[in-house]
Amino acid sequence: MLRYTVKRILQAVPLLLLISVICFGLMQLAPFDAIDALTTPDMAPEVVEAMKARVGLDQPVPVQYIRWLGRMLRGDLGYSIVTHLSVSQGFFSRLPNTVLLVLPSYAIALLIAIVLGLVAGSKRGGVADKIIDTLCSIGMATPTFWVGMMLVYLFGYKLRLLPILGMHTMGMDSSTSDLIRHMILPVTVLTLGNLPSTIRFVRSSAISQYSEDYVTVQKAFGASRAQILFRHVVKNVLLPVITLVGMSLPTLVTGAFVTESIFSWPGVGTYFLTAIQGFDYPVVMTVMFFSSVMVILGNLLADLAYALVDPRIKSMG
Amino acid sequence: MGMMTKRRRQQLLAELKYNKGIFVALAFLLVIALLSIFAFLSPYDPDAIDMLHRLEGPSGSHWFGTDDLGRDYLTRILYGGRISLLVGVVSMLISTLIGVTIGTVAGYFGGWIDNVLMRLVDILSSIPWMVLVTVVSIFLKPGLQAIILVIGLFTWMGVARLVRAETLSVKEREYVLYAKAMDQKPLFIILRHVIPSVLPTIIISATGDIASAIMIESSLSFLGLGVQQPMSSWGSMLNRAQSLLDRAPYMAIVPGVMIILTVFSFNKLGDLIRVFVEPKAIER
Repeated sequence: MLRYTVKRILQAVPLLLLISVICFGLMQLAPFDAIDALTTPDMAPEVVEAMKARVGLDQPVPVQYIRWLGRMLRGDLGYSIVTHLSVSQGFFSRLPNTVLLVLPSYAIALLIAIVLGLVAGSKRGGVADKIIDTLCSIGMATPTFWVGMMLVYLFGYKLRLLPILGMHTMGMDSSTSDLIRHMILPVTVLTLGNLPSTIRFVRSSAISQYSEDYVTVQKAFGASRAQILFRHVVKNVLLPVITLVGMSLPTLVTGAFVTESIFSWPGVGTYFLTAIQGFDYPVVMTVMFFSSVMVILGNLLADLAYALVDPRIKSMG
Repeated sequence: MGMMTKRRRQQLLAELKYNKGIFVALAFLLVIALLSIFAFLSPYDPDAIDMLHRLEGPSGSHWFGTDDLGRDYLTRILYGGRISLLVGVVSMLISTLIGVTIGTVAGYFGGWIDNVLMRLVDILSSIPWMVLVTVVSIFLKPGLQAIILVIGLFTWMGVARLVRAETLSVKEREYVLYAKAMDQKPLFIILRHVIPSVLPTIIISATGDIASAIMIESSLSFLGLGVQQPMSSWGSMLNRAQSLLDRAPYMAIVPGVMIILTVFSFNKLGDLIRVFVEPKAIER
């Protein structure tokens, strides 16, 4: 196991480095310098040059890259070109807000998907399977933001039941129940968005388990459907779900972009989109780099967890 | 794909009988394609502003109502469909071309070429697509060309992986080994032997790619990063509808339903093609 772990980590490191090169390269190609965040157009050129020298912008690009990487690793992400505020502060103050939306919605979606996926997969081609499959097909074709708009119209404008903007009502910043009321719609949108693909995943995993020999043997011994399902199939169906959970790690950062934008939720998504519109490269690159790190980390964790529960993997990998 | 055997025809008929939704999907795609081609036959000009008839709900003269500038919404939906379908098809063509090239070259030559190309695929797939596509879009002047390029150039990784995997097995087949032994050029072997063998995979994934390109376009345009005024796609119409949601909900409902029906239909079409080219895939 240790050898496998080390091997997988060693594979992830060069990938991370290359992605950091891409992030840095894009920042270099961008029409603004990081120095523009600190200077104004009416400063004398000599002053600007001196400032550039002080932050190291007069150095060759590879040297700048190494220094930038070092600062990133120490958690110094630079300053926003637009707001001149620290990027690490901005990023890490918004991250919990995104996690607050993504984590519950993902957990709910996973629970519903495991139940519906098992129902659909255990009687393939049955009425329940057909209904669930059709709903999944429609769900896969539905843009998340459109679901959001429909819910906003229905619950926000028509029924006037739920708040549709932001995290808190003015003046109620510390009220938890107010926060939960604000969370209901975005969490619902995200849950619905995650459901179809997760159900399909569990369903196909269940179908492949039902075609295994041990199911046939159990049937031959006269086990009931319920016995086969709960004693044997569920356990094996949940294994691949571990992979799914691992691969969903990056959605903690980027999973709610569009949803946040509809509900003006102050998370990483709105932070990123505002930065994109304002050409705020340090912010854009930070989000890009962090979300890629999460993808690689998620894949790594999924592989390791899977190898832990299914020892066949590491002997192959 | 070759000749259609009797068995295959039977399987196809069985699938059509089992999966009646496919007829609806195909009919819808045909109708929407014809409607967007012949959109100019509409009695209304999509850009004609009529301030006396703003935000009117659906009626006999304006079937889908009018928008905030009094423009006939049905006509705008048809012209918007043109853009959405165009983006879907053209960016699919670009991503398929790149994906097939990279996939066959990596699979056929193997070795360091394969290594380099697949690491490139790994890197690009490690950056969440939403982030990647939005970041690249800031380097281009927003508009139709930019969005087609962004989607086409950064969504080919899936096709490349599939095609590479198939190429690995195809290149061990005897006719390819024979062609190699006859000292034929790699390019010729790839074009003449490898690509025809992986064509089914390519077609299936291309159908799905049209659907996902339409989805990506609508998300980007909804966020204001895609198609720009005065041109509009279903996604950018939804962007505009967002601020008028309270007064004109139909402006949000109609483009959304069009996106759902179109994407749903392309996915169904993909299912049908899968049955046609991969008979093994439908064992139920």
